[in-house]
Amino acid sequence: MKKTFFTVFAALLAVALIAVIIAWPREQFVASASNEATAPTPGNIARGAYLARAGNCMACHTARGGPAYAGGRAMGTPFGALYVPNITPDRDTGIGAWNADDFWRAMHNGKSRDGRLLYPAFPYTNYTKVTRADADALYVFLRSLPAVKQANTAHALRFPYNQQAALAGWRLLYFKPGVFEPVRARSLVWNRGAYLVEGLGHCSACHSSRNAAGAVAAGLGGGLIPTLGWYAPSLESDAEAGLGSWEVPHIVQLLKTGVSPQASVFGPMAEVVARSLQHVSEADVTAMATYLKSLPATNTEAREKATGPQVDQFVAQGKKLYETHCVDCHGADGRGLAPAYPPLAGNRAITMDNPVNAVRIVLNGGFAPGTAANPRPYGMPPYSHLMNDAEVAAVVTYVRASWGNDAPPVNAGEVNRYRSTPLD
Amino acid sequence: MSLPAPLPCLAALVFSCAAALPALAADRPAVLPDTMAQRVIACTSCHAKNQGTDAFFPRISGKPAGYLYNQLVNFRDGRRQYPLMTYMVENLPDAYLREIADYFSNQHLLAPPVQPTTVSQAVLERGRMLVTQGDKAIKVPACIACHGERLTGVAPAIPGLAGLPRDYVNAQFGAWKNNTRRARAPDCMADIANRLSLDDVAAISHWIGARALPADPAPAAAAAIKRPLPLACGSSPDHAP
Repeated sequence: MKKTFFTVFAALLAVALIAVIIAWPREQFVASASNEATAPTPGNIARGAYLARAGNCMACHTARGGPAYAGGRAMGTPFGALYVPNITPDRDTGIGAWNADDFWRAMHNGKSRDGRLLYPAFPYTNYTKVTRADADALYVFLRSLPAVKQANTAHALRFPYNQQAALAGWRLLYFKPGVFEPVRARSLVWNRGAYLVEGLGHCSACHSSRNAAGAVAAGLGGGLIPTLGWYAPSLESDAEAGLGSWEVPHIVQLLKTGVSPQASVFGPMAEVVARSLQHVSEADVTAMATYLKSLPATNTEAREKATGPQVDQFVAQGKKLYETHCVDCHGADGRGLAPAYPPLAGNRAITMDNPVNAVRIVLNGGFAPGTAANPRPYGMPPYSHLMNDAEVAAVVTYVRASWGNDAPPVNAGEVNRYRSTPLD
Repeated sequence: MSLPAPLPCLAALVFSCAAALPALAADRPAVLPDTMAQRVIACTSCHAKNQGTDAFFPRISGKPAGYLYNQLVNFRDGRRQYPLMTYMVENLPDAYLREIADYFSNQHLLAPPVQPTTVSQAVLERGRMLVTQGDKAIKVPACIACHGERLTGVAPAIPGLAGLPRDYVNAQFGAWKNNTRRARAPDCMADIANRLSLDDVAAISHWIGARALPADPAPAAAAAIKRPLPLACGSSPDHAP
């Protein structure tokens, strides 16, 4: 009896061990194509600079007002704060001592030069798809930057998230190195778009939900961005920001200029457009648009329109406020005056289930990003000082329920929660 | 001469239609005004005309363009801390920030009302002395040495002090002391703020708040003040950088 138990136990242990061995994220090595790939030629540097823009590396690796790429920016996570490191070529505090293979290892395998496991806030779950050639160009570009001596700040993560063993377990569950594999049935343009969206562009870092361990779900199904308090809409759902029904030129216009006939970008996406996408070539943005448009639409559940005397009264109150504050720009018909003033009728940023973005836009207003094609954007005033929580809730409820929009009401408590969400 | 009967009716119809059209389409212009005033309604919603004595949303019209531009950049780069302002400007290009600064520097609003004060004559006298002569003992130069004889500022980047609400002046000194308002180094105003006691700050703010804005509130020409400045200022350097 005892013997049987022991055999079963040993067998189970062996199976578990084999499973771990199979799932363990084994390091992959791909060599540089040639010595020329890592030579500091103007061509390589320019290509790397372009890719760094496409990946928006600078946005995280630069503190506000600080030297470019010298790190120091605090990145809030539900597990504590991470401090983004210096990636200028300073030998002591940056990556001056790294060679191209070290850099590749970080991008592809999520490991530092000394073998330390990196936190996936550095989105190597996306960057692992980047080719060795592109990683080399990025490396050459970063090496060409002025070296900035600025020591890194230690991360301030809570136990057990600050343990390498915990990170090893996380990687076992959620990370597998692997370069992007082109889909043969699809066009070159589609594959280029998929490569950029899934790899360097790391769109899923925001446009996907995260589980309790902070791992992103597969696909681009949307999610609330942890600690920032903006909702990055699903790029698959027609009820959110799915692009199946958009014309490719309009998607390109939105991503490159920040405005389009249907919608404008705001919040964290305004930063992405201003610092990254406006600098990405028309061809590459078109490729991304082509890929995004092709994503299969997820089913959306039909909503029942909220009715009743209380809702009607709230909507009527919101209409009054709308006629005082909003009508001059967005019009009584909610059609706006695109591209400066986006339409509210049929605008999915407003009608999505999650009302956080609509509420925060009313509270904070803001400018569309200033881009080469739209260098003097129009702005929307903040209303946080003019309307109380119930008034903001009423006007958002009215906009969500008018001109064919059929989104559920918003309550003052929700507005209050978002009012105190930090803006930076 | 008389019109055939149907015509007046038709004319009436056309007229009523035309009158009804804007209401039918929407209560807004069909074409977006291509003006700075329209572009910056996000700014004027808070920095509005009737808020001349509001310490929270300061009066920005008529201030030197270089000063306003420096402040926009300071918000963007985190030297000044007011999250909503940082959020507003962080994705706007430098050229546009300059244009916004120019626009507001050319706006001229009615002078804000003088703020009556109840502090003692001695306090006001201390304020007057600090503003017009400074205090060598604490190494504080006269305000007018940089902000101009009439305190209306000096082109291109030194702001006027005349017409500033008392609370606003107090709040800025507090922010410099707490290191939450900074300027490009060397940060002369932070140095001065740290040399002043809170009583001195109150004396200055009361004296300034109780004085009317001069009839001509325009900033003085750059040559109106002596260079080098009593303290080096990164936001208004003695030599072009």
